[in-house]
Amino acid sequence: MTWFIDHLDLVWTRTLQHAYLAGLPLVIGLLLALPLGWLARRYRPLFVPLIAGFGLLYTIPSLALFVLMPAIIGTQIISPTNVIVGLTLYTLALLVRTVADGLGAVPESVKQSATAMGYTPVKRFFAVDLPLAVPVISAGLRVAAVSNVSIASVATIIGIPQLGLFFSDGFSRDFYDPLIVGIVGCVVLALVFDGVILLLTRAFTPWVRATGSRA
Amino acid sequence: MIPNILGWLFDPAHWSGSDGIASRIVEHLWYSALAMVLACLIAIPAGLAIGHTGRGRFLAVNLAGAARAIPSLGLLYLMVLWLFPKLAGDSAFLVPAIIVLVVLAIPPIMAGAYSGVEGVDPGARDAAKGMGMTGMQVLRQVEVPCALPLIFSGVRSAILQVIATATLAAVAGTGGLGRFIIDGQKVHEFAQMASGAILVAVLALVIDLLMSLVQRSVVSPGLGAGPATSGRAGRRSRTAPSGNTPVDVEIDSSGRTVDAPAR
Amino acid sequence: MIVFDGVTKRYPDGTVAVDELSLEAPTGQITVLVGPSGCGKTTSLRMINRMIEPTSGTITLDGKDTKRMKEAELRRGIGYVIQHAGLFPHRTVLDNVGTVPRLLGMDRRETEKRSMELLERVGLDPAFAKRYPAQLSGGQQQRVGVARALAADPPVMLMDEPFSAVDPVVREQLQDEFLRLQGDLGKTIVFVTHDIDEAIKLGDQVAVLRVGGKLAQIAEPAYLLSHPVDDFIADFVGRDRGYRALSFQQTPRLPLASERTVAMGESVKDIDADWVLVVDDGNRPLGWVEPKRVAGDVTTEVLHRGGTVARASGPLRASLDAALSSPSRRGVIVDDAGALVGTVRAHEVLTAIEETDRPELEDPQRPGAAQAAPRTSGA
Repeated sequence: MTWFIDHLDLVWTRTLQHAYLAGLPLVIGLLLALPLGWLARRYRPLFVPLIAGFGLLYTIPSLALFVLMPAIIGTQIISPTNVIVGLTLYTLALLVRTVADGLGAVPESVKQSATAMGYTPVKRFFAVDLPLAVPVISAGLRVAAVSNVSIASVATIIGIPQLGLFFSDGFSRDFYDPLIVGIVGCVVLALVFDGVILLLTRAFTPWVRATGSRA
Repeated sequence: MIPNILGWLFDPAHWSGSDGIASRIVEHLWYSALAMVLACLIAIPAGLAIGHTGRGRFLAVNLAGAARAIPSLGLLYLMVLWLFPKLAGDSAFLVPAIIVLVVLAIPPIMAGAYSGVEGVDPGARDAAKGMGMTGMQVLRQVEVPCALPLIFSGVRSAILQVIATATLAAVAGTGGLGRFIIDGQKVHEFAQMASGAILVAVLALVIDLLMSLVQRSVVSPGLGAGPATSGRAGRRSRTAPSGNTPVDVEIDSSGRTVDAPAR
Repeated sequence: MIVFDGVTKRYPDGTVAVDELSLEAPTGQITVLVGPSGCGKTTSLRMINRMIEPTSGTITLDGKDTKRMKEAELRRGIGYVIQHAGLFPHRTVLDNVGTVPRLLGMDRRETEKRSMELLERVGLDPAFAKRYPAQLSGGQQQRVGVARALAADPPVMLMDEPFSAVDPVVREQLQDEFLRLQGDLGKTIVFVTHDIDEAIKLGDQVAVLRVGGKLAQIAEPAYLLSHPVDDFIADFVGRDRGYRALSFQQTPRLPLASERTVAMGESVKDIDADWVLVVDDGNRPLGWVEPKRVAGDVTTEVLHRGGTVARASGPLRASLDAALSSPSRRGVIVDDAGALVGTVRAHEVLTAIEETDRPELEDPQRPGAAQAAPRTSGA
């Protein structure tokens, strides 16, 4: 405990670094997954290649992905970009499917009546389909957020600063305090991410709470 | 850079010997298989019991959620630090690593098993009981075969996690393909690191492909494969996952665990 | 015979699903339980094979108390069909049908042979045998469900809204085939439905339950239509019950008029009548033609097919309908082979109806009458 109080500044810095490494990919991943998921729904032949293709990314172990990044995008091995791109890919692997599922779960009758009232396809997507898909997309985003926070700590091995460095600190010095601070920090950060997404989802879907329905 | 990597990867000298690629692959597979067998022995019966009886679901869902938030690398360091002094010889590295792998593998396997059993058409279950099947017969002849797609999904997602985490275990002194990444970094040899990364990625892809073939031969083609002529069949095939995204996501995205009230 | 004696189902929260139910389902007959949702009809059915245990009272099967039988054994001896069929999605149609024989230890080849026979029996193409349930339509799935329930040749069948999830046309087909099948097999059947028309059509006797699980009336369909014991029953059996009751009244000897007929391809130029009946070479009616509108010979294009055809031995409802639907106002009556016997006018059918006795007040064929009788007098 005293170690924690003595190193409050360092803990805070690394938490921010960790939040950046895990959070930015979440935002980029979501922004990319929306059009990709829409494409997978809109054009049937694209569904299987898109879903399976991004699903395949998920099979690649995180450490391997981080290590291979420099060979693919030409960065330095210790560049945080490796982690951000890698985690963005994982986020996409999860979210493209979730977005497609969420859009697919919008009742056909709702879509048809929106079209019948004169929505253009693009307007309908933003005014009807997307809002109704929010609960499902948000569920996927929460999974991605929690797993990103955990995976970001793997960047310790390639020497990128974040909460995971406390693991190796503690391990090499045979000292539990930093190790436990690192683990607890990761869990708390994951909970914070989860809570933020939950609050945003509530704000965007007032009808869910009002009626208790999900869509 | 790439010729460098390929040069290292296909250098015959790097393939033989006790610290060569071949034996590292065997080690990696051995850790993963051991952990998966142990995890399945625990998680499948537990998951089936939860799904069949409907009891303990709330606990399982929350444990799985919590387990996902714990960083596996941190858990690995913690386990080794704690157990290393208590153990002797090779097992001092291996036992903590295997424990972590098992702990990580249990939640997705269990989630697959219970959500698979829960997802069985209540009509089919009712009919099975009504025709005079005992509880065990309902489980063995109806619930388990119908739950297989989700059980497989859980097992496959667990395997991927185990293979990935077994790579990390090298930092704690075990063998396996992670050694090339860790050792390569120590001597600043990127070709060796990248070779390790390629090998472990290919290993994961191959194992997942093999599992998908096993799944195809074991799971009844009646479950969501055929043309969905009726609405009910169509819905079922939508929930039956085809890819390798983790099973937790399948469940979350259909809105059954995250904030749905526990039954 | 299945006998309910003072059966009550009360749930821990105090709701009573079935209240002191006493009734008999006679051997070889179809007993329909019908009523609005919440009347306990499905609960009553499921207590027979002990999918639900009664709180009090006894249910006996051929004199044996079901409580004393082993659950699994009891159920294996009772066919069970439910709403969406509840087929096993992972098993082929053939394996679904063979479920109970396999449970009873019959060997695989014998089971498959029997299952194939049953598929044919319920009117399913043998080509479906190797398919999976998801590849079948709702109606086909339901046929498999019936075949599966029949597989071990159980003397008793329980059917819980088996036809309510399919569209009306298919439902009608399934009902007709079900009656034909029952004509061959003579099972003791308890059938649950919320649809009074289905109950009237299928039931040898119909038990109407009211919300709260009380038996309101049990009677043969014709009797139920003509003698509802109270407003609830009267309301439930519907407005046009007087007309529908004619379905159960045999047509008496009607004053038939002979009809001038022509064959297909003949000329009707010289015939001086508004409408002429066209028949085939077996004297079976094909339709009506209006001579003044036919330029040449009679062809299939000029046939008016609006009229229905009634069998002389059929119910009064069909005879009346034949007269009402005929463009010539003359209802076509045929014999059992389908050959023309003559025609009849609506007022003649109505006269016949007025001269026919209504079903008697006390129904002597109905063993359950004794229990319902006191309520009748009270209403």
